[in-house]
Amino acid sequence: MLILKNISKTFNPGTVNRKKALDKVNLELADGDFATIVGSNGAGKSTLFNAITGAFYVDEGQIILGDEDITYVKEHVRSKVIGHLFQDPLKGTAPHMTIEENMALAYLRASTATHAYFSRINGREKQKFREQLSLLNMGLEDRMKQPVGLLSGGQRQALTLLMATMVTPKILLLDEHTAALDPVTAEKVLALTRKIVAERKITCLMVTHNMHQALELGNRTLMMDGGHIVFDVRRGEESRLTVDDLLRQFQDRAGVQLDNDRILLSR
Amino acid sequence: MSSIFTLSILQSALELGCIYALVALALFISFSILNIADLSTDGCFTLGCAVGAVVTIAGHPFLAFPAAMAAGVCSGFVTAFLQTRMGVPSILAGIIVNTGLYTVNIAVMGFSSNVNLFGCDTVFSLAKEVSDAAWYGSWHKLVIVAAIVLIIGVILSWFLNTRLGLSIRATGDNAYMVRASSINPVFTVTVGLCVANSLTALSGALLAQYQKSCDINLGQGMVTIALASLIIGETLIGRGGMLKRVAGVILGSCLYRFIVAVALRMSVPAECLKLVSALIVAFAISFPYLKGKASFYRARRMPAGTGGEDGEDEC
Repeated sequence: MLILKNISKTFNPGTVNRKKALDKVNLELADGDFATIVGSNGAGKSTLFNAITGAFYVDEGQIILGDEDITYVKEHVRSKVIGHLFQDPLKGTAPHMTIEENMALAYLRASTATHAYFSRINGREKQKFREQLSLLNMGLEDRMKQPVGLLSGGQRQALTLLMATMVTPKILLLDEHTAALDPVTAEKVLALTRKIVAERKITCLMVTHNMHQALELGNRTLMMDGGHIVFDVRRGEESRLTVDDLLRQFQDRAGVQLDNDRILLSR
Repeated sequence: MSSIFTLSILQSALELGCIYALVALALFISFSILNIADLSTDGCFTLGCAVGAVVTIAGHPFLAFPAAMAAGVCSGFVTAFLQTRMGVPSILAGIIVNTGLYTVNIAVMGFSSNVNLFGCDTVFSLAKEVSDAAWYGSWHKLVIVAAIVLIIGVILSWFLNTRLGLSIRATGDNAYMVRASSINPVFTVTVGLCVANSLTALSGALLAQYQKSCDINLGQGMVTIALASLIIGETLIGRGGMLKRVAGVILGSCLYRFIVAVALRMSVPAECLKLVSALIVAFAISFPYLKGKASFYRARRMPAGTGGEDGEDEC
């Protein structure tokens, strides 16, 4: 469960470059909710994610994850229970470390004991990593000793997804995580995302510029503009939204024509 | 040429190589792994040397090493504190600490610019009495320094494969990933720099006992020399497991000392050595870049249609 209460964030306050990136945003995600977020560039989607992960503290408002108020919890502490995937597949893994070592780092979250600092990857964990890698069907389980830098973007993103969900997070944030991949690979990573999220009932927020994705995935669609959530719809069987509906909504709510070609192109 | 490679030259090159290998290992942690240019290395080396010398003079040749390492940890902690908690850019943090250490080092040596250890017990003099064997008389120093470096090397490569070690490596490898996982970069940078500087100081203390003296200017240019060793080692061994890379660094340090010894033997003035190491480092670091550039120009000079466009893509 994630609750955002009236969170605001202004960058460069008091200067000519001041930008109110988030303006009293309210959002409540129930356990197991999978919401997609659409919105043009600069709407505040990534800022929203960064507020949740703790890259900065919000100016006002409150962030509650699970039963805990995490508004002023440090980033590295929060990240124990938050999975975060970036658009850039290179950002989620350490290129000069092996697949096994990367997974061991992700698995660190599971252990809170301090003596774990000086423990090494043991055989049981290797076996566990191997089993999880084999679920990807990419043959990575036989390349565990290879540095991650040798993998393709799609493989790296799949691995990052695996790492982010290795210890089931309280919330999974997907920031356009398939946008930099070719269509076939993107579809594969997306299918994997869907599978993992559904199997473990992970609460999930996903930014996308692909309108079909926004309507197909998950059970809820949010639209952001100018630091506000301007549209929030739960999608049941009876209320099937179409891409055209969504685009019309966008124009009505945001009061502007879409200025982002990607949104239109990816219809 | 045969006169250049005498046994005694090889021996002293190996001895010094092993001692300075500890500094190269320190830079391996800070420069290669954490991706931080730690410029406090010069001052920290002298600090270790001064603390080691003073404790040895006080009659504790064995205590000298942990004492020097503790001093190095303090120095590393201050450098890390400045860059992680005070917002000082990492290079500047090193320079600031290095400057401050000059005074500290003078103070440690009792406000004199050098001290000597003649007549004091050192680990080398104590170890010499252990056995009367003829070979041991001339090789005991190498045995000691090699043993220390081997032990440190094994411990270090073990450490870098523990979870803490993995976290430290990830910190230097991908800052984004570290932020998204549960690693605290403030903590890993601090631990990394403390470990690195303790090794630098240990090297200083070993050198103090080895040459039975300590001078305030001893550490000057140490960071360049250690970088030269590190780069020689990494070029020779390449990437691989931690144990392999650590071994490469030690090998690089010995090789560098050997090159220096040969240069000295060929009557290159001792004053020129710093210039030579500066050139080695400048060349070694720029080599991959120049190589890429050269292949680009070679490809471009080819007539159109024979792969010239591929060359453009390479760059």
